[in-house]
Amino acid sequence: MAEMQIKPITMNFGPQHPAAHGVLRLVLEMDGEVIERADPHVGLLHRGTEKLIEHKTYLQALPYFDRLDYVSPMNQEHAWALAIEKSLGIIVPRRAQFIRVLFCEIGRILNHLLNLTTFAIDVGAMTPLLWGFEEREQLMGFYERACGARLHAAYFRPGGVHQDLPDGLLDEISQWAAKFPSFIDDLEMLLTDNRIFKQRTVDIGVISEEDALDLAMTGPCLRASGIAWDLRKSQPYDVYSELDFDVPIGKTGDCYARYLVRIEEMRQSLRIIDQCISMMPQGSVLAKNNKVTPPKRGEMKNSMEALIHHFKLYTEGFHVPEGDSYTAVEAPKGEFGVYLVADGSNRPYRCKIRAPGFYFMAAMDHLSRGHMLADSVAIIGSLDVVFGEIDR
Amino acid sequence: MVEMDQIEADQSAIFKPTAEKAMVLHLQHLLGDAISEAAIAGDQIILRTTPSALVNMLTSLRDDVVASFNQLTDLTAVDYPDRPERFEMVYQLLSMKNNMRMRVLMAVDEGQAVPSIVGLFSSANWAEREVWDMFGIFFSGHPDLRRLLTDYGFEGHPLRKDFPLTGNVEVRYDDTMRRVVNEPVSLVQEFRDFDFLSPWEGMQNQIDSGPADKSGKSE
Repeated sequence: MAEMQIKPITMNFGPQHPAAHGVLRLVLEMDGEVIERADPHVGLLHRGTEKLIEHKTYLQALPYFDRLDYVSPMNQEHAWALAIEKSLGIIVPRRAQFIRVLFCEIGRILNHLLNLTTFAIDVGAMTPLLWGFEEREQLMGFYERACGARLHAAYFRPGGVHQDLPDGLLDEISQWAAKFPSFIDDLEMLLTDNRIFKQRTVDIGVISEEDALDLAMTGPCLRASGIAWDLRKSQPYDVYSELDFDVPIGKTGDCYARYLVRIEEMRQSLRIIDQCISMMPQGSVLAKNNKVTPPKRGEMKNSMEALIHHFKLYTEGFHVPEGDSYTAVEAPKGEFGVYLVADGSNRPYRCKIRAPGFYFMAAMDHLSRGHMLADSVAIIGSLDVVFGEIDR
Repeated sequence: MVEMDQIEADQSAIFKPTAEKAMVLHLQHLLGDAISEAAIAGDQIILRTTPSALVNMLTSLRDDVVASFNQLTDLTAVDYPDRPERFEMVYQLLSMKNNMRMRVLMAVDEGQAVPSIVGLFSSANWAEREVWDMFGIFFSGHPDLRRLLTDYGFEGHPLRKDFPLTGNVEVRYDDTMRRVVNEPVSLVQEFRDFDFLSPWEGMQNQIDSGPADKSGKSE
């Protein structure tokens, strides 16, 4: 029988597919069940964040950062707050720095819990999701105790954090942190040596060191390829330079290595949380500079000047001196950067948000070529994408 | 003698052996005329170049053993409608070896094509598509320059300063036509863009333009 030439099939994946982790339309050119080319169509969640920020004062722009990667909101506020503090030259009180780092690490665990467990459900394991969300619920409880919101925190402000922590919260966090390692052990018991999980992830979506750099991979996806690079270590901000923690590195650069790196990062985050709680000093949580940070409510009852400061701050806002700056933090997904162009007024002239997930999604074509259709789901899961930050 | 001291002091200020300054000197030696301006802001290097020199410059920055700026972290543009050359391209580079960040700036006029650098850094692929989508800057030599974030069939470039915040069209599902339709934006209330540069006069433009517009429409 003569050999037949079969035309590649074009397949549409999404935009409403549970394994796409949001609204992703993936157009796949298939040769049988092998992917020849993957073309992600993103932007279905595009809200014009950067344009909106140009029309808001610096303080009003802050809550938009919660809505980018809505799984780890405070880590992104951190980048915005640091960018403004750098331009204005504000020094943040030590207690506020520790609170920020504490909540950044809680955010990291929140993020990895969501990613690892949904990754597991993508490749067929149901239980981790149910267990993981119970833990996330407690962590979001801590978020709520600190700032009043479970997701959209608006807690980190230029100059510190909005409010001091309520009494007893640190004790509760440290009680939770004492119990959490046993949860990670349980999670690992379900997945790490699981035959099906390994068959679905080992040697799937391999990124070499060179490709990882070329494709601008950052965070766990970069480290899983064997590059020791973590902004908390290499370009430390706030009090990270004083804390003792390790940066886990993967060897193989496949989906399984990314899983292992994230598991270990959660354990390291617990170490940071413990150190933050034990080292947390007393003191104020906002810089004492009423041109940038609001006065206390009590002061406003008696002081005319405080009242004027409050009024000016919440209408006009503060002015950032002319110039541009790039500030990056190690968000749970990777390097989250803010390129801020200020024109000396009370609004940003331009704010470019560098989201780690954007470059992960761009690498999707490179990663999924030659893999089976079912593997593309595993690759998306292991990349840890959230469309709030990709589409912006 | 005093003068000598001053000269020495000045020279040590210029040649103060910070890593960034040493890098700038090295790059100026390496790239020569390709760098039209060099500055250091904080711990980041800022270089300015021209479109014709861009590709060679970035190649040298990436491949030079000392510099080895091997990751293109980000790429974007800024719109300055008042400048003779309207746009400014911004390339963010990272050298992990030196733990150093660099920004390459480049002025580009509207309609002027920018050489694509996808061949140098794969990460530029989507970033350049986004800039094309948002600013309408054309990249020559890009393998696949389609719109990225906006809707299929979208018109205009949203991040330009002359593009309205509310956009020009809105979408809704039309029951009779049984499909999604694009229509010109109609807002119940105008977008209220308060100019609070002075809180005491911030409402003035609202008071002036608000009622006048309404009367204009009703006539």
